[in-house]
Amino acid sequence: MPVIGTIFYAFLAIVAVGSALGMLINRNAIYSALFLVLNFATVAVLYLALGAPFIALSQITVYAGAIMVLFLFVITLLGAEKLPGYEPIKGHRIVAIGLAFVFIAELVLFFFFRNQVTGPIPLIGPEFASPRNIGVLMFTEYLLPFEVVAFILLSATVGAIMLTKPERKSTTKLSQQQD
Amino acid sequence: MPLGYFLGLSAIMFTVGVLGVILRRNALVIFMSLELMFNAANLVFVTYASYYQILIGQIFVFFVMAVAAAEVAVGLALMVAIFRTKHSIDIDQMSSLKG
Repeated sequence: MPVIGTIFYAFLAIVAVGSALGMLINRNAIYSALFLVLNFATVAVLYLALGAPFIALSQITVYAGAIMVLFLFVITLLGAEKLPGYEPIKGHRIVAIGLAFVFIAELVLFFFFRNQVTGPIPLIGPEFASPRNIGVLMFTEYLLPFEVVAFILLSATVGAIMLTKPERKSTTKLSQQQD
Repeated sequence: MPLGYFLGLSAIMFTVGVLGVILRRNALVIFMSLELMFNAANLVFVTYASYYQILIGQIFVFFVMAVAAAEVAVGLALMVAIFRTKHSIDIDQMSSLKG
């Protein structure tokens, strides 16, 4: 592994973890959302390095584009970017950070003590995950999950419209007629 | 690049997401932490897809993205609906169902 590659991956890891921590710590929700966009972009670069260009560009368009625009829109719509800082349960921050360290330690121990030898990730050509190959696999073998996901998106759209629709006038008219 | 690098990065990102859900009280930031956890899981999917040279991992990442988009749409609509009645998105005040 050349040194320049190590520097590249270390830089990406530092940016990804740093932006995730920035999202966690920042009090202002808008800054949290922008840190999360940075994190998504960094993970997209990691996908590119792993030989997944289609997933990387979907990540940019779907996550960093559509989903985060929705988040920023709702944050500015509600005007709820700041909450007063108080601790509802005493010492619950310290307990949570301790539990997080336990969780990381468990994951690291699992990785080091399982009986499986792992080599480096092999280099793969651009043909492996080309959009053509992904499309062929998705529309032949995985057609049913694709249709199910399409139906989930449709029902989520209908649900979102139903939830945010203002109160209907016709029900009040009906009750007035009954009076 | 060794496999452990990507798994470790994903584990750290997932833990930051869990911490966000536990520590923050702004419901929107909790949703963002959920997205971060989805992202960490997707990274493991793509890592093993290129480690074992099978494409199915990347296809499932695509499905996870679509379902996450649906979840965000419904979740943010719920946030707007809750904000209309309670005029706050502090999750400590969403305790009407508490016995």
